[in-house]
Amino acid sequence: MAARKLAPLGPNGGAEDSLAKTNAFFRKKTLVLFAMVVAFFVINGVSGAFVEFDFVSAAVDVPAGIVWMLSEFAPSASSLEYLDSIMPALGSTILASVASSCIAAVFSFILAVLGSRSVGIGGPMALIVRAIASIFRNIPVVAWALVLLFSFKQSEFTGFLALFLTSFGYLTRCFLETIDEMSTGPIEALRATGATYFQIVVQAVIPMSVTSVISWVLYMIETNIRDATLVGILTGTGIGFVFDVYYKSFRYDVAGLTLVTIVIVVIACETLSNYIRRRIM
Amino acid sequence: MSEAGNSPARRTRSGKLRVHVMHKADAALWVVVGALVAVTVFAMVIMDYGKVNFFDACVAALGDFWEMMSTPGLAGHFTAEDVIVGLFESLALAALTTFIGAVIAFVFGLFAAVNLSNKAASNVIKILMSIFRAVPTILWVLVFSVAIGLGPEAAVAGLLFHSIAYLVKAYSEAFEEIDPGTLEALRASGARWWQIVFQAVIPAKTNELLSWTFIRFEINFVNAVAVGAVAGAGGIGYQLFLAGSFYLNLHEVGLIVYLCLAVAVVLEIIATQLRKRFIVQQ
Amino acid sequence: MTDKGNLLEVRGLTKCYKGDVKALDNVSIDVRRGEFVTIIGASGAGKSTLLRCINRLIEPTTGTVAFDGREMTTLGKHDLRLARQRISMIFQHYNLVYRMTAIENVLHGRLGYKSTLAGALGLYSEDEKALAFKVLDQVGLSDFAYTRTDQLSGGQKQRVGIARALVQEPLLMLCDEPIASLDPKSSRTVMERLRWVADELNIACLVNLHQVDFALEFSDRIIGLAKGKKVFEGTPDEVNEEVVHEVYGDIDIEGLPGDRMVPTIVQADVAGGTAGASSTGVA
Repeated sequence: MAARKLAPLGPNGGAEDSLAKTNAFFRKKTLVLFAMVVAFFVINGVSGAFVEFDFVSAAVDVPAGIVWMLSEFAPSASSLEYLDSIMPALGSTILASVASSCIAAVFSFILAVLGSRSVGIGGPMALIVRAIASIFRNIPVVAWALVLLFSFKQSEFTGFLALFLTSFGYLTRCFLETIDEMSTGPIEALRATGATYFQIVVQAVIPMSVTSVISWVLYMIETNIRDATLVGILTGTGIGFVFDVYYKSFRYDVAGLTLVTIVIVVIACETLSNYIRRRIM
Repeated sequence: MSEAGNSPARRTRSGKLRVHVMHKADAALWVVVGALVAVTVFAMVIMDYGKVNFFDACVAALGDFWEMMSTPGLAGHFTAEDVIVGLFESLALAALTTFIGAVIAFVFGLFAAVNLSNKAASNVIKILMSIFRAVPTILWVLVFSVAIGLGPEAAVAGLLFHSIAYLVKAYSEAFEEIDPGTLEALRASGARWWQIVFQAVIPAKTNELLSWTFIRFEINFVNAVAVGAVAGAGGIGYQLFLAGSFYLNLHEVGLIVYLCLAVAVVLEIIATQLRKRFIVQQ
Repeated sequence: MTDKGNLLEVRGLTKCYKGDVKALDNVSIDVRRGEFVTIIGASGAGKSTLLRCINRLIEPTTGTVAFDGREMTTLGKHDLRLARQRISMIFQHYNLVYRMTAIENVLHGRLGYKSTLAGALGLYSEDEKALAFKVLDQVGLSDFAYTRTDQLSGGQKQRVGIARALVQEPLLMLCDEPIASLDPKSSRTVMERLRWVADELNIACLVNLHQVDFALEFSDRIIGLAKGKKVFEGTPDEVNEEVVHEVYGDIDIEGLPGDRMVPTIVQADVAGGTAGASSTGVA
């Protein structure tokens, strides 16, 4: 709970005292803040000029755009007929998200245990695992989708694979952090009793990390449902494809309905995850 | 805790000593694991695997992946300059999104922090943010590109929503960690709300806020590449999309992937260091 | 109580870390069966390193460790595992798996005896389970067998740690700052339990402590470490101000032989307040 004190702020009661003492510090701090504000405008200006971003028109257009969006994308009565085509796609997207997260979690966990600094097998493994995690995580999902599309063609499985590969990289990194942050005491204790490596993993590492692991998997499922839209547009599968079809054929009301169903699913998923997290502690 | 524990040594039905008892949390855990496994198996069984031969496709995909990663290069569709400019365009989109998002999120964050605001305002903002977050980024961008026309404004506007939702959560949680004693002392000395914010909240949390902002910049770059590809919002993502699905050239895809990878890895390393140094979790 | 020969003979033990920092410098100690030996010393003196070199949680640089007539430092992976069966260890931070119940944690002490698979799956024999309940009763926690260990108090957690050590049927118990995180009352309970282990079960105890008064009260013999070197060895009676000065340097410590009659609990803060942090720092 105790957040590290990042600035010399007076603790309880000593507010006046420490304020007086740190007046000079705050003058310096003000300068730093000023420099940051300048840097902020410079970077924004340069970036804006580079991509020809018009701040004024953005400020005017975006609110207007939101209003336009709310009216155009509002699901109409006639769009409800399309629920029949939306629901199966939504279902398959949810299933693919869960499956890709869970299967990726199994591989990620094994890799993370082997590569962790505290319970890993040591040597170059720690570096190799980190490199694998970083590569899989940081290759754009767009690139995965495009490459997979070459050989696996347009099918649900292609979308699943693209989600699986990014989840694998992401979860490996999260699990590595979880395991490394874990207290090493019980592992040392079991080592001292003469337990073998595999015994230590099953009897200590898994029980100690299981809540975080489940928590990350739930988060990954939620993220994958959202990312499945992007992957779906690229690979022509799932809810993303359905949205894309109606969007491109200017049936904005149906596209809006699709959007609403996604929002409902994601929020439900988030709520359920939070509930589960509390229960499994 | 009370001295009332469980009675010693229970036995199983077969008369053996019982060592494992199922606590509530364990039971919940097994239910969750069981459900996840069941859904996964069900999903894999009913999944549409397409018409391709699985084994052949795997071999082909690995071959393509290898070709992409081992022989990156230009093939005449883009010049080196195009790609570099594209990369900087994506970076610029990410920077604009991050900065504008940070300003908006800072204001929302103050009102979302329960110790600086009130319960009602905090809840309203939190609900609004979870709706922002629930709509996939790519859909925000697609919607805005018809609402205000294709261009950097639509891309930034679309990327903004998730950026704001993320930063509001990060900022407000940082604010909520502020020592209540400090706030009490300042309130007791008659400081106004904005004085408290500028004299206590910002100075104490500057590093943490900046760290979160940078971490979001990393995520925004990844997102900028993705929306560039799908929504045609420009940048290196769009070039990646052209190379992959229009020119069908794996060498160019490889080159662009390496560029994105390099930037993302550098950003990731910086973000990890910032997180370690300035953000103390729990 | 018959065999009082040396159970443990440590000779010339040296541990160098990178940069030639000597955490341990040519330390030799003997421990007899059933003997209660305390190691005192300031934080960073090498106490934790010494204990961990004995069961090779840390590999010593040079020196020999003979345990029960067997040389530890040259053992291969398999033989080391067998040797560790009879050396148990308890820790300052208890090192329990908190998600599991007390009895499951106690049974972890049997893992060294079991095949990899049986141990991993937690398939213990009826005898082992009965023994686990017995030792849990011996430390006074039989009512808490099925309680998750994160629900126990600090003193209770440490007693689960002792039970886990006892279920190994050890000849030697290594205790690394067993009471450094406990309040005075729990500290006394834990120390009394350890003394009982030595007296009644004839298990030798090698205990790192920073509370000099507890060391004086409970030990058969006291060893002083300073900067990795052994600077004192003798009975509690032989500990005087000079000795303490040599072990701890220029630090005033209460509860020395002079005012031994006052059984106050010394939290020798300078020496021990950071013992946990520094022992991990060195180790």
